[in-house]
Amino acid sequence: MLRYVIKRLVYAILTLFVLITLVFFMMRMLPGDPFIGDKAISPTAMANMNAKYGLDKPVIVQYLMYMGNCLRGDLGVSITYNRDVMGIISESFLVSADLGIRAIIFAVIVGILLGAVAAIKRGSAWDSFSMFVAMIGVSVPSFILGALLQYALGLQLRKVLGINLFPIQGWGTFKQTLLPAFALGLSSLATVSRLMRTSMLDVLNQDYIKTAKSKGLSQGKILWRHALRNAIMPVVTVMGPTVASVLTGTFVIESIFNIPGLGKYFVTSIKDLDYTMIGGTVVFYGGLLILCTLVVDLLYGFIDPRVKLEE
Amino acid sequence: MEHIEKSRFAHVGANAHDREAISRPSLTFTQDAMRRLWKNKVAIVCIVIILLLTVMSIFAPMFSKFDYREQHYGHINAPMGTVCDDESVAGYGHVHIFGTDTLGRDIFTRIWMGGRVSLTIAIVSALVDLVLGSIYGGISGYFGGTLDIIMMRLLEIINGIPYLIIVILLMMILRPGMITIIIAYSLVGWIPMARLVRGQVVALKQQEYIAAAEAMGASPTRIIARHLLPNTLSVVIVRVTLSIPSAIFSEAYLSYIGLGIPLPMCSWGSLAQLGIENFRIYPSQLIIPAVCISLTMLAFNMFGDGLRDAFDPRLRR
Repeated sequence: MLRYVIKRLVYAILTLFVLITLVFFMMRMLPGDPFIGDKAISPTAMANMNAKYGLDKPVIVQYLMYMGNCLRGDLGVSITYNRDVMGIISESFLVSADLGIRAIIFAVIVGILLGAVAAIKRGSAWDSFSMFVAMIGVSVPSFILGALLQYALGLQLRKVLGINLFPIQGWGTFKQTLLPAFALGLSSLATVSRLMRTSMLDVLNQDYIKTAKSKGLSQGKILWRHALRNAIMPVVTVMGPTVASVLTGTFVIESIFNIPGLGKYFVTSIKDLDYTMIGGTVVFYGGLLILCTLVVDLLYGFIDPRVKLEE
Repeated sequence: MEHIEKSRFAHVGANAHDREAISRPSLTFTQDAMRRLWKNKVAIVCIVIILLLTVMSIFAPMFSKFDYREQHYGHINAPMGTVCDDESVAGYGHVHIFGTDTLGRDIFTRIWMGGRVSLTIAIVSALVDLVLGSIYGGISGYFGGTLDIIMMRLLEIINGIPYLIIVILLMMILRPGMITIIIAYSLVGWIPMARLVRGQVVALKQQEYIAAAEAMGASPTRIIARHLLPNTLSVVIVRVTLSIPSAIFSEAYLSYIGLGIPLPMCSWGSLAQLGIENFRIYPSQLIIPAVCISLTMLAFNMFGDGLRDAFDPRLRR
């Protein structure tokens, strides 16, 4: 186990290294220049700016410098915001992660319940209801869902009830997290519940469930100890990368609900050609993604003891 | 007890021909699955809906009296079923079945133009997802060890590169448009599928029937293709049906940040996004594309359920 984890950590560092290298050279191929914007800049000022951010040196030298700084834990200064990239990320990640954790808890608990019940009572009203929720979750894009929620629950419900139960936008209070967490979680919920249903149906047809029934185990024990545990594998697999992307925030939800999260930097940094910020978001997201897949792989062995990882 | 005379019985003898006769025609696995699929009414209705949407997308813009780019300033935001009263255009006297948008363009024509883009993106990426994802995941999961670790790290690298950088770089090489968006989505869209298949295979390969197949000398290709992948099918089908809307939305998302299908072309995603701006005054402009997306999604999903029931080896009787 420990050997496996160490091996994986070594690979993780290698992966991150390749990822940063690739993205570093790819972003340099993007068209445009970070300093050419709305305002005209004199050539002298331009040269000074390039010198300040080290953009006047050959790309390969910049790359070596960037890698050296990364190793020391320094992600550089954002070109657009003129602030420490690390500072921006850690500040906005707290917001995104706060929202993301709520969304994930909601999606996983409700999704597993809906999917499992739908499979156990196949063809019943529960089954149709879970299908309906999944349908809404996957067939309505988040920007439409967000706007509809704001309109229906934020605006119309307030008119009806006279109290502001679901604030339309902003960040800081518990009430303000409700709508965005719901909008963010719904599509993951749909995926979780559909996968859970199909995988639960597979498991319920297995011989060991028949054995458990013929042993006289109670329904609850069969479902909890034998069915759920075996059926949850696909859900665990998809949740790994999903957790990484939900925790780091989404551009759409954050811009609709006006939340100061990390998600917007993934888009604006590329639009503004803020090289250091692109690098920072990639290092951060990549690291989180690698960590999540490692946790998923370790969970496989934990959930299903037959799985051997170290062969 | 009544005595039974021996003479009442006659020895018939074994008739080799009759005994070996096959009472029912023998069916291969695929034939059997197709037969069960045909019996599933819901699945058939769904495939009809998908075909209908596809046929409409191909032919409706050809036969429509309105062009999808044509702007009628005479009646902007016309409600559903308005008769075109602009004498200067070809569609004079014909009905705007779904009304017109903020630029006076016929929504009916635009919906089916958008269907061309959205359905193509959905179907191509679903195929790539299915083929690439299950082969990659199957190989990685079955062989395990260092190969598995390297193949999975490769996925993390592709996943870690920001999607927008891939899209922009591709648009520099190719023309911005549907094909570029399909290629960009195909490059990254299959990764969740590969992970899912690999996760299933890792668990399945410890089962006895795999050991049996190995003991009988089956080649890895055969084990993966004949024994492992069919058993991951139920999860794979669900994932494919879920990847169809996610492909449609990935295009819609690109439209949202201004990198989608170049105007005046449209897609269901970009139509829905235009609709949301006018939602409070003209709800039909949002509802129509949203219904199209949901209908496609529902049809693929229910059809997927039918496919799963038909092809799942464990449900075969």
